[in-house]
Amino acid sequence: MSLSRWLVAGLPIVGFIGLALVLMSGIGKDPSILPSMLIGKQAPEFELPLLYEPEQIVSKQDLLGQQYFINVWGSWCPTCQYEHPFIEQMSNEMNLTVVGLNWKDTRDEATRWLKQFGNPYETILFDDIGTTGIDFGVAAAPETFLISADGTVLAKYAGQLTPEVFDTTFADMLTP
Amino acid sequence: MIPELGQLALILALLLAGMQCVLPLIGAVTGNMTWVRVGRPTAYASGLFVLLGFIALTISFVQQDFSVVYVATNSNSLLPLHYRFTAVWGGHEGSLLLWTLVLSMWTVAVALFSRNLPEIFLGRVMAVMGLISIGFLSFMLFTSNPFQRHLPGLPEGNDLNPLLQDIGMIVHPPLLYMGYVGLAVAFAFAVAALMEGRMDSRWVKWSRPWTNLAWAFLTIGITLGSWWAYYELGWGGWWFWDPVENGSFMPWLAATALIHSQAVTEKRGAFKNWTILLSLSAFSLSLLGTFLVRSGVITSVHAFASDPERGIFILAFLGVISGGSLALFAIRSAKLNSGGTFTLASRETLLLSNNLIFSVTTVMVLLGTLFPLIAEAFNWGKVSLGPPYFGFMFFIMMIPAIALMPLGPFSHWKQDNARRWFDNSIWIMLLTLVGAAAIYAAMMSFSPELIVWTSDDFLGKAWQFLKPWLGMVGALWVMLMTLKWTIDYVRKARARNAPLSRGLLGMATAHFGVGVFLIGVTMVISSSTEKDIRMADGESFDVKGYLFTFVGTDRYQGPNYLADRGHFEITYDGDYVSSLYPEKRSYLSGGDIMTEAAVDAGAFRDLFVSLGEPLTDDRDVWSVRIYHKPFIRWIWLGGLIIMLGGILAATDRRYLSRRTEETSKTVPERAVT
Amino acid sequence: MTPTRKRRVYMILIIIMGVTTAVSLMLAAMNKNMEFFYDPSQVAAGEAPVDQLIRVGGMVVEGSIVRTSNTLLTQFDVTDNAHSMTVSYTGILPDLFREGQGIIAKGKMNDTGQFIAAEVLAKHDETYMPPEVASAMKNKAAQP
Repeated sequence: MSLSRWLVAGLPIVGFIGLALVLMSGIGKDPSILPSMLIGKQAPEFELPLLYEPEQIVSKQDLLGQQYFINVWGSWCPTCQYEHPFIEQMSNEMNLTVVGLNWKDTRDEATRWLKQFGNPYETILFDDIGTTGIDFGVAAAPETFLISADGTVLAKYAGQLTPEVFDTTFADMLTP
Repeated sequence: MIPELGQLALILALLLAGMQCVLPLIGAVTGNMTWVRVGRPTAYASGLFVLLGFIALTISFVQQDFSVVYVATNSNSLLPLHYRFTAVWGGHEGSLLLWTLVLSMWTVAVALFSRNLPEIFLGRVMAVMGLISIGFLSFMLFTSNPFQRHLPGLPEGNDLNPLLQDIGMIVHPPLLYMGYVGLAVAFAFAVAALMEGRMDSRWVKWSRPWTNLAWAFLTIGITLGSWWAYYELGWGGWWFWDPVENGSFMPWLAATALIHSQAVTEKRGAFKNWTILLSLSAFSLSLLGTFLVRSGVITSVHAFASDPERGIFILAFLGVISGGSLALFAIRSAKLNSGGTFTLASRETLLLSNNLIFSVTTVMVLLGTLFPLIAEAFNWGKVSLGPPYFGFMFFIMMIPAIALMPLGPFSHWKQDNARRWFDNSIWIMLLTLVGAAAIYAAMMSFSPELIVWTSDDFLGKAWQFLKPWLGMVGALWVMLMTLKWTIDYVRKARARNAPLSRGLLGMATAHFGVGVFLIGVTMVISSSTEKDIRMADGESFDVKGYLFTFVGTDRYQGPNYLADRGHFEITYDGDYVSSLYPEKRSYLSGGDIMTEAAVDAGAFRDLFVSLGEPLTDDRDVWSVRIYHKPFIRWIWLGGLIIMLGGILAATDRRYLSRRTEETSKTVPERAVT
Repeated sequence: MTPTRKRRVYMILIIIMGVTTAVSLMLAAMNKNMEFFYDPSQVAAGEAPVDQLIRVGGMVVEGSIVRTSNTLLTQFDVTDNAHSMTVSYTGILPDLFREGQGIIAKGKMNDTGQFIAAEVLAKHDETYMPPEVASAMKNKAAQP
């Protein structure tokens, strides 16, 4: 076969393979998401009232000493409803400590929501203005953080928590 | 119950598509005609079940079954009924279903209207269409199931993205998909021809009407998308070179090259390689467009959420479809001879230039769109290419395209004479140059503010001064030449008492549409006024003689939103022009804020007002965006005319009267050395 | 060479010339229109070039949005949770722009280390709820 024949036959394929490689390299990278700067660092300080007991203030120091999850949710957020059964499973069946961060919500609606769907949380922090959420770099609910006993952020997931996500994101960092 | 039925329908459709794909191929290899014939009925059945699935999802939306995750995330009890229908394709899963439905419709149409094709060929076409169907159905069922339940059901849904609660969004996606997916037909014909190993001009003739039709839909789909972005995104632009827009534009560019290349292959037997390659790439680029939108690898304002799993699936599918077909092409290309030869001055050369220009433009848009990915792969850092790159490149590429386009219809096949072209066009050329200058001068004297100066230095200003004239030269050149050609053609046909060819008239229509489009683009680029200003109640602002007076705002409640509605009175020279009521809506369920621009549309100018945000607590001072966009309607009018041309060409009698065509055989290849 | 041959060579030469011109123009245009992305930490470290079109991105810091009363100038801070930087923008911000939202601003750094944005983009995310509370929205909207 002549050179031009080879070119006609081969160029499109080569071009396509190059294209596919470039596309492949891009999969899973979302250029709009900035990597969380928090991972491996101390979690931001916070002092927040509890959802059910407004007069009681809980700070980051109060929660030190054990590994725990922070689950950011709001009664206004449908995805939080979807992931809720799994949060309950984490708390009830897997015996994990899950702290709720009720974010940009009202007490009335939050408590009504928990009455309807159940309350798997060990403690529920009430962040109606949303400043703690901002400190944690929360873009949208739900988001879930794993905090170590000394207050370091071990891992973070934004979006609906599922068993698969749990296995890939959090499972290998759990302390028994 | 309904969602489960829908799910079942999709599973059955997938199984049937499997049969539609595999059986005819086996039949073609073994020579078992019964199996080959299975392609058509299975295509009908598969299409029927996809339709049932689509209906099931629509019913779920109308009944507001919030136990279906997709319904709950894309609608809300407050959503008006007509938007519940459009919400069906408002999200990722549903738009895939719409895509699959459109694919089935094309498949059924091919099965219905191509009954006179040789059975084995049609069987192979059905098989390829079936394969694409399998890909999309399994993509849907395995990674993005629209019928996924969540029990117990939610009391309330999340609402449809307010951007999509709009008439433009009702019609834009179906039409765009008609185009996108329609290119699958050209693809399937090309692959069937490759499988058969008979890559002459025969299959091209069969494939042409389908390609023209798909191209027409793609044209109008893109046009509508541009129109929608103009008034709904609140920015008043008509094209942003956004990755998602580029995703639909690349297949269009490739398809434009394809319809021209098909003409040469059908009539002259040349460019066989090109035609096959372009058929394969046009549809591959459609898939790539889908990949860009669905995988989120490139940020875009329109993009759906990113999901690596979906990205991998589409990429794998792209590998099978495009990689497979290109490999087949590589194997078969040895068999291709280069067909009829031609001289430098010939219609073939002009169409070859068209092909080169459009192919290079496609590659240029492709590289620009993927540039952030390429840069990241090579560790150049986070880089992207700004719209000026696309604008500049496109401008450069279109100069030869516009210059040569009107010559095409005038030229002769095989051997022509450049001298004849010159004689034929010199008067029009002179008329164009002078006419454009005259019109320009008249417009300048009528409105001295015609050019909106943005440049400070002399060269920049000179360029800005020259640009409108150049644009008008291009537009007039195209339109006058096309008119002259049409008059000549009709006259000649009358004299010979020959019927007019819709294919040729369609071509002329589409070319004329390009001229109309050019006028719009030229005027919008050089003469638009865009002002972001601060306005208090009762204040006025002058834009090109139009006095915009901000009367004030009031608040009202819509079905699922609360809105601030501004009231603007516009006068020109003291005469009343119109009242505009732009809105700032906040949707109750999602809390999304939406700007609804108000537009006073006109044939020669649009007045565009949108509300920014209140600057005081009393809400009596607002940031306001005021645009004056001359001739912007001509851009979309041009798109509409181009589409009509495509449809006209697709309905050419040659394609419709299948019987006679089949018996009269195909155009014999003239082997000229 | 036969005339056919000759013609073909001419044709190929013309094609090569055309494509080369197009490609070199394309490379030049690419070079001129590259927009590099910097995050606030890189800007803080002084890595961002002055007076060159770049893009910066991050989360809008809560409570940092300052509007002037008689122009459309808005200033706000953008953070990557490690450093933050101030962005100035004159014009109308997109609908999706709000505190706590991730945004991308296109513009230039000036000599005094301020970022002057020419364009601000905010992306709508579909997977999960935007961080506005529906009920809070209703309350806010109910107040005049």
